[in-house]
Amino acid sequence: MALIEIEHLKKYFPSSRGTVHAVDDVTFNIEEGSTMGLVGESGCGKSTLGRTIIHLLESTDGVIRFNGEDVTHPSKHKLRELRENMQIIFQDPYSSLNPRMTVMDTIMEPLKLSKKFSKAELQKEADKMMDLAGIEKRLRMSYPHELDGGRRQRVGIARALALNPKFIVCDEPVSALDVSIQAQILNLLMDLQHERKLTYMFVTHDLSVVRHISSHICVMYLGQMVETSETDELFERPMHPYTKALLSAIPTTDIHNRTERILLKGEITSPINPKPGCRFAARCPYADEQCAQPVGLHEVTPGHFVSCCHVKEINDL
Amino acid sequence: MSKTETKKVKKTAASYKPGSLRYIWYKLRHTPTAVIGMCFVVTLFILSFASPYFLIDERSGQPMWQYIDMRNMNALPSAEHLFGCDEIGRDILARVLYGARYTMSIGIFSTTVSLLFGMLLGSIAGYFGGHVDNFIMRCLDVFQAFPGILLAITISATLGPGFEKIIISLGISGIPGYARMMRANILSIRGSEYAEAALSINCPTSRIIAKHIIPNAMSPLIVQTAMGIAASGLMASSLSFLGFGVQAPTPEWGSMLASARNFIRNYPHLCLFPGIFIMLTVISYNLIGDTVRDALDPKLKD
Repeated sequence: MALIEIEHLKKYFPSSRGTVHAVDDVTFNIEEGSTMGLVGESGCGKSTLGRTIIHLLESTDGVIRFNGEDVTHPSKHKLRELRENMQIIFQDPYSSLNPRMTVMDTIMEPLKLSKKFSKAELQKEADKMMDLAGIEKRLRMSYPHELDGGRRQRVGIARALALNPKFIVCDEPVSALDVSIQAQILNLLMDLQHERKLTYMFVTHDLSVVRHISSHICVMYLGQMVETSETDELFERPMHPYTKALLSAIPTTDIHNRTERILLKGEITSPINPKPGCRFAARCPYADEQCAQPVGLHEVTPGHFVSCCHVKEINDL
Repeated sequence: MSKTETKKVKKTAASYKPGSLRYIWYKLRHTPTAVIGMCFVVTLFILSFASPYFLIDERSGQPMWQYIDMRNMNALPSAEHLFGCDEIGRDILARVLYGARYTMSIGIFSTTVSLLFGMLLGSIAGYFGGHVDNFIMRCLDVFQAFPGILLAITISATLGPGFEKIIISLGISGIPGYARMMRANILSIRGSEYAEAALSINCPTSRIIAKHIIPNAMSPLIVQTAMGIAASGLMASSLSFLGFGVQAPTPEWGSMLASARNFIRNYPHLCLFPGIFIMLTVISYNLIGDTVRDALDPKLKD
């Protein structure tokens, strides 16, 4: 069963030069217990989409369903409940922790605010969370500036998990960490998923990370979804020209079997008041007049959705 | 028989959280210049408030700072009158000591007024943004369009002279600086991820402001306050010198300078001693302020 269902979600920001279409008509589902990887280059609206789903930003249009229930415009009471079920892990562990709160305080904060625990239970519960996130007990009274990036991120994870949420948006949780720590944090996240049946939406621009952790992948380009399918299918048979270019950028260690790098030319189209039609057309090697017509996601092979009007020709289907 | 040894753990700078009040206090105690500054300020305060009890003229029983002895008109410093006497024969040392309370407390109180209102207005403008921000900041622009001393003169001319009034006028003229600084800090912290994280764990707005935003926005303001006390103490003396502050018979340093300046060619000591004390006080406050700034600036951490 799908835990999160998003239909035609839009998030526009007003700006002095027009409306920025940060997220424009995005539709997808996330199955309970699975991990949806959301990839795309910087500025394509990945983080905005994540924040809109967990109601840190108000959506402009569209429907968000959580557990089958429409939660697009929740009441105050409902929003409190929702936030206990939907959490976020931030990208930068240096700026996502209040520098004046100890590790213990930071982890206890959500527990305190939920008003479900007595004082003694608070301590206990926070200790449990620290255990779960693999934070040493001796760091209890430390301040964030005394910890390294990996430990800080663990504190962020413990805070997000404290209220036992069902769904977590991981907003590039490892991109600010060095590679050895990245692996630790990814393993921690995957272990936690097994233990607590968590559902993740994993926002990243790191394709190797997303392949490792996700069961499904969505590729975003300028606020729109261009391709979505299961992870292996997407990596083996990318169909959208943008996805092909994106995947060709993964460095390979195999010299005999080097894939040719597809270099994209041209600038990213402005997300301010974009024209209808394919947004990738300006940089796409296959683009012609037909691409000015609006396109939507359509199922090309079972479970594999692509938004491109030339998908059949490009992929010899 | 063995004595139980109580080992006192020596606290070091590292055992305090940088930027916390305890850390500032630790730094103040361990920086020689700050200790000198604090000693001077504290001693002067104590002497000033104790002076009505020991600086009493023996013959007349009057307090020495107001006892007029025409025989000692413009007397030079001597064993009896260490700093000499002023143009109508009042002991300058007694007047300087008694008058310390004005310059020094005006600095502290008026800065407190500026800080409190500046913080409040800055936080509101920064957090809520939009029209509220625009309205508050444009009002403050009007205040800032006047030079500080002119604004203070205007306000105290409207309110009339007096100790409380000078505090109010200096306090008001200091508000825009603090408000601006607070607003800028709040703006940068409001957009930070930990403020967002607080929102995502159901933290009410009031608590986000009080617990997550304001404590992190305070450090530059504390520095500004420490420096501001000296500046507004000096400004208080200037106002009194110009005749807008504390009025003549009261031995405020600025007004002492004003009345002594007529005699500066013949009896320079009349100006010299109040002037030196203004200078020393300002330096002391600045020494303290410097240390506070160092303590709050993580880049200067040892």
